[in-house]
Amino acid sequence: MKRLLTPAGIAASLGAALLLFLVLAGPAIWGEAAAERSVADRWATAGGEHLFGTDDLGRDIFARVMTAARLSLLLTAGATAIGMVGGVVVGLTAAVLPRYPRRFLVWIMDMLLAFPWLLLVLFFTVIWGATATGAMLAIGLSGIPNLTRLVYNLASSVSDQDYVRAARVAGAGPLRVLFRHILPNIANPLLVQASASASVTLLAFAGLSFLGLGVQAPEYDWGRLLDEGIKHLYTNPMAAIGPGLVIVFAGLVFTMVAEALTPGQGLRGAAAAGRAAVLPRAGARPAPVGPAAGDRTALAEVTDLTVAFPDGAGGLVERVRGVSLSVRPGEIVGIVGESGSGKSLTAMALAGLLEAPAVVNARIRRFDDIDLAAPPTRAQKKRLGTELGFVFQDPLTSLNPALTIGRQLTEVSRTHLGMGRARARDRAVAGLDAVGIAEPHRRLGDYPHQFSGGMRQRAMIGMALTGRPRLIVADEPTTALDVTVQKQVLAVLRRAQRATDAAIVLISHDIALVSGFCDRVVVMKDGEVVEALDAQRIREEATHPYTRGLIACLPDMRSDRTRPLPVIDDLPPGGPAVADGARGGDPAAGTRTPAPREESSL
Amino acid sequence: MTTLPRSPRPAGPAPAPVRWTGRLSPRASFALRRTGRLVASLLIVVLASFFVVHLVPGDPVRAALGPTAPVTLVENTRADLGLDAPLREQFTDYVSGLLRGDLGTSIQTRQDVAEVIASRFPTTLALAALGFAVALAGALPLGMAAALVARSPRGRVADTVVSGGLGVLIAVPDFLISVGLIAVFSVWLGLLPPAGWGDPGSAVLPVLGLALGPMAYLARIVQVEMVKVLDSTYMATARAKRLPRRIVLFRHALPNIVTATLTVGGLLLSGLTAGTVVIETVFAVPGMGGTLISAVQTKDYPMIQGVVLVFALMVLAVNLAVDLILITVDPRTSISEG
Repeated sequence: MKRLLTPAGIAASLGAALLLFLVLAGPAIWGEAAAERSVADRWATAGGEHLFGTDDLGRDIFARVMTAARLSLLLTAGATAIGMVGGVVVGLTAAVLPRYPRRFLVWIMDMLLAFPWLLLVLFFTVIWGATATGAMLAIGLSGIPNLTRLVYNLASSVSDQDYVRAARVAGAGPLRVLFRHILPNIANPLLVQASASASVTLLAFAGLSFLGLGVQAPEYDWGRLLDEGIKHLYTNPMAAIGPGLVIVFAGLVFTMVAEALTPGQGLRGAAAAGRAAVLPRAGARPAPVGPAAGDRTALAEVTDLTVAFPDGAGGLVERVRGVSLSVRPGEIVGIVGESGSGKSLTAMALAGLLEAPAVVNARIRRFDDIDLAAPPTRAQKKRLGTELGFVFQDPLTSLNPALTIGRQLTEVSRTHLGMGRARARDRAVAGLDAVGIAEPHRRLGDYPHQFSGGMRQRAMIGMALTGRPRLIVADEPTTALDVTVQKQVLAVLRRAQRATDAAIVLISHDIALVSGFCDRVVVMKDGEVVEALDAQRIREEATHPYTRGLIACLPDMRSDRTRPLPVIDDLPPGGPAVADGARGGDPAAGTRTPAPREESSL
Repeated sequence: MTTLPRSPRPAGPAPAPVRWTGRLSPRASFALRRTGRLVASLLIVVLASFFVVHLVPGDPVRAALGPTAPVTLVENTRADLGLDAPLREQFTDYVSGLLRGDLGTSIQTRQDVAEVIASRFPTTLALAALGFAVALAGALPLGMAAALVARSPRGRVADTVVSGGLGVLIAVPDFLISVGLIAVFSVWLGLLPPAGWGDPGSAVLPVLGLALGPMAYLARIVQVEMVKVLDSTYMATARAKRLPRRIVLFRHALPNIVTATLTVGGLLLSGLTAGTVVIETVFAVPGMGGTLISAVQTKDYPMIQGVVLVFALMVLAVNLAVDLILITVDPRTSISEG
């Protein structure tokens, strides 16, 4: 019961205690006042002696609201119990039935769920008539399909667990499995659900009585009081608003109890998520001011790039630290590293695609003469959109599933190059043709899901070609594809590079692929550049143990096949250092210096 | 078998030629399953509306006419309603009556049920349609804006306010929202009439009372879907193209939240259809809802049967319409489940 000691839990407990008090003591305390008629006092407005005013017989409405708590809440409890018991019985029955009867039962319940709940309530009300008991039965029964679905889903998820299977294998019968194994494990979510549905039931009951289909005079519940009050809305608004507020309050209490019983959800979950999203002030360190000494011949460059993310506890986690990289026109640069080495973030930052919550800082971050740190002007957007292409890792998600290929491939030319529909289509056809997609004209009308993975990736490259690409950033463009398709995609990328003379930044974890494709290779590890090498002489020139380890892992014709391949001996990435907000003054605070390790040759 | 021209280029896996394998396309099987469900639902609706009279404990005619009604009147009414015939005959009579558009005669007012419904149905339909239009028109921009606000670094406070407001609207039932609307706009500000139907001014409050709750709920769904979409890679592709913001949002994001919005919206619309019963009672709108409530109170069974049947058919029609729209709008196969 530790959960009830949070502020939300305490509020829920207090609210529940208050409601319980009203049920037990309400009629005893206020019952007399609620029944006391006084013709002289009728239709008194709210205030003074009568908090909510009086009704047409001069009875005090506040006292009546307090007295009505017992009936309202007892009826709510009754209807909730009917719904819960029915839902548990039918849902658990469905869970242990053989396949076809089970499907049939679930199908029936689903069909009933398609009807609005109020319609079911009205239907059942017809049967038992407009009385308090009738309404209780009607509301309770109408809740059964929904609760059945819930219980069935819960029970099915539990009955797939290993321990339940084990019990079955051990010879436990369906009833034993049900009562010993399934029911105890879904008891807590059921309790939460009971409380949540009590809230809905209470409001429904009030609604039904309000419509004149629930509790009948001379008895009264909150809904009936609301109905009586609304007739005097102009003279004494509190006669209606008072009961209304009490109904909302009671509904809220049930909801709060449900939330307090739910671990990690509801209000507290939202609050925790809220804390996580707050950006720290001290953690985001300003870019160090220094001479913008860069490689002036480079087409794109970043110097001292840092990328950090909020860690959820108010601090920042640095994923990329002090990376510098430049790409000359027409050059093919590879970035190699394992997952989490920061290579993708570096590429995204180089293309100016990182958004909040990422915190990006760099001494220089430019594409040609465009400063990517500043928001781009219209003209700059036009240039970035046409001259900078990006190919993402997973072709299955990088094309918009709701738009045709043609639409997605004509966008850049139409928006940025000012082309008409026909010319843009021609350009899209040329783009698809260049990446080797057959019948490009016809294919423009297709949606991405009609393309295979390799075709989608080629379409992405074709999309870059519909602009006037000077740099194409390809982030693991072949990782999600199988080996034969990988080769095609790389060949297409190579041809695209030759045709347009664009520079390429190719990101991969595969050092063999990169060294065969690129002019220059940058090796990254734990968010830092380990070394930069000429691709041709990578085997000879690599000095860093990590790079040597990567190369050593590659088998070649001289590898001794009788021995296992070497493995990189290192901790998995992912524990990068935390730039603690409290130590934010020191740029190097909290960063871990990656200590060179010996690679182990087994 | 179609033979595809061999391409000298790396054509990749060719699109599989359509072959009859005995299995239906996802779209066709979706249509088939939904049609099956519709037929079964229709059957259940007709059976339910027929049997409701028989499920009433005791003598429904005596209950309707009251304990003081003379025995001859009770017997005559029973004969009028055909309740003295064998059950099988009653059912065939009922179904053939339905097919002819004959819903019987009211016990209490002696009016033709079909006529009463015909005169009141347009009002209910208009109320439901307006309510749905308002809910949809409000939910899309609200939900999208809420998603954008939630993602912006400084949007924490605004997000809390928006989410809190939506949460309150979702939690408070329609009849209380309506009472609140009347209290504020009619009693306090005196801007709009608290009851009636016919002129545009009197329609505002009923439509709002009906639409606000579903709108808030739908806005939540839109918000959740929108956040998912904004985080997707294809939105990064759209941003990489440096398209104008409005194109990124309306061309690239919007179509991808339509499926979920419509699915939930359809459920809301059928709920909203039934919600007219409450709203019509609160605002004294002369539609089917008011008829139903008074029929239930006076145990006017033929009237109840007729109105419940029409409401249920409206719900089925809405569900069918949503399914049809889903099949047309959604180019993908996300219709595979359900």
